[in-house]
Amino acid sequence: MQLTNRAKQVSNKEMTLAEKMYLPAVVGGLAITIKHFFRKKPTIQYPEVKKYLGPIYRGHHVLKRDEQGRERCTACGLCAVACPAEAISMVAAERKKGEEALYREEKYAAVYEINMLRCIFCGLCEEACPKQAVYLRHDRMVPVFQERDEVIYGKDRLVEKLDDRYIRKNSEVKTTPTEPSLTRSTT
Amino acid sequence: MEDTKPQLLTVTIDGIAVEVEPGTTILQAARKIGPDVAPPAMCYYQPLKGSGGKCRACLVRVAAGSTKDPRPMPKLVASCLTAVQDGMVVENTTNPQVVDARNGIVEFLLLNHPLDCPVCDQAGECDLQNFAFDHGKATTRYEEDRRTFEKKDIGPYIQLHMTRCILCYRCVYTADQITEKRVHGVLGRGDASEIGTYIEKAIDNDFSGNVIDVCPVGALTDKTYRFKNRVWFTKPVDAHRDCPTCSGKVTLWYRGDEVIRVTARKNEWNEVTEFICNTCRFETKKTSDWVIEGPTKVSRSSVISANKYRADLEKPSFGKRLAAAEYKPIHDERDTSQLSIQQLPPERFAKTLPSAVEPEP
Repeated sequence: MQLTNRAKQVSNKEMTLAEKMYLPAVVGGLAITIKHFFRKKPTIQYPEVKKYLGPIYRGHHVLKRDEQGRERCTACGLCAVACPAEAISMVAAERKKGEEALYREEKYAAVYEINMLRCIFCGLCEEACPKQAVYLRHDRMVPVFQERDEVIYGKDRLVEKLDDRYIRKNSEVKTTPTEPSLTRSTT
Repeated sequence: MEDTKPQLLTVTIDGIAVEVEPGTTILQAARKIGPDVAPPAMCYYQPLKGSGGKCRACLVRVAAGSTKDPRPMPKLVASCLTAVQDGMVVENTTNPQVVDARNGIVEFLLLNHPLDCPVCDQAGECDLQNFAFDHGKATTRYEEDRRTFEKKDIGPYIQLHMTRCILCYRCVYTADQITEKRVHGVLGRGDASEIGTYIEKAIDNDFSGNVIDVCPVGALTDKTYRFKNRVWFTKPVDAHRDCPTCSGKVTLWYRGDEVIRVTARKNEWNEVTEFICNTCRFETKKTSDWVIEGPTKVSRSSVISANKYRADLEKPSFGKRLAAAEYKPIHDERDTSQLSIQQLPPERFAKTLPSAVEPEP
């Protein structure tokens, strides 16, 4: 009985003159080489061309805004306590009168920093977030660092830009019970 | 007076027998056994007389009333108010009816609770959070609007969030029993009842800050600590100071080198036994004011102990110092001439072990 059908019967018979000169082997080898000239190229010309990484890829962090453009994050600290690499730190502040259009809740994150050298992109912050504020974008990666002082990402680079909204279409992700009206698939 | 010593009563709670004095409640008897058996309590507060009987969180089933009358009690009873009798058999977590009832209690307590834990300063040390986590469901069935109140300012130190209140009356008892004059109370009836001062008035008694510690939820929080930090990022340290008005025994909550909050010390039932004055709580927030006793013991399962590492555990030289301290020179007096490796001629080791050929200096 054979486990696979890839077993090859070998023989020890005398080679012909052509075989002794390796002619069939050379021709066969060249044929393989030439065949590859006409194949489709698997190489992707990164960074000019970018590959779709799938719907659940965990890339660049984003601090979401809600439908009215207010920041969702309330600086509850659950992402920071869930972070196994301790990459997240934040300072909370109280929303003042007149800032209702900027922040959704009474409390907001005045400072929110992620150390991208520490971050291991595990996505636990996204899972822990009760306000669906922090997401790891599936369509964008954190760029390569050139300097050490650019690895700590503040709110200026994390908060979602209003002209560059992030939408994740993944209907399998359920909402948390705190906000029954809010589905993750909408912006 | 034939016998001055009171007779001890035997109670069985969850199959564990305990002997208590007459007049003890079931809750206290269960607490005597340990935290695994003790029913949860949201409104009962041992240092406050008269507290208890409001939240129904501590409901237990009495399977046998006493030795004389072993009939079970017809309904679940509030263990914080029911006194024990000799031969009483109590079922706490072993009875599915009790577990189911607690599940319902959580749902009722959370009906009007805003569930704003991400914003609330009490999150992480909140009795209701723990209670709901241990006994409740993960989702809510309530769809109607939760009750809301007008925001009230009750002074520069205490922040009142009436929406979070579960009406346990603990703060009312505290003001009655700890402070000289109570200025706040529960106003209104039923769904409209709320904690307030009736006429806008600041609570400024010298011991008024204790209502913050006593509050099981985030309804009364420290205004000087408001949104400063989350509980689990701060480091609790036991400290004391010479205070003319109170015992001065407190817990300091550090963020880095800065004291961001001072609270009274809580025991294992989350209860304050030594109440502290407002001067200690709100005005002495410098390390130099205090004599540090050491880190507060926080249970391993508490979120407060998350991401905390003791400084002495991190030193890389720790292993070396341990090895140096543990090092013992070996006095081996055995006859080693018979050990086989020594019997081989030293030339055999020349390739791999040159030192075997050369005699050591």
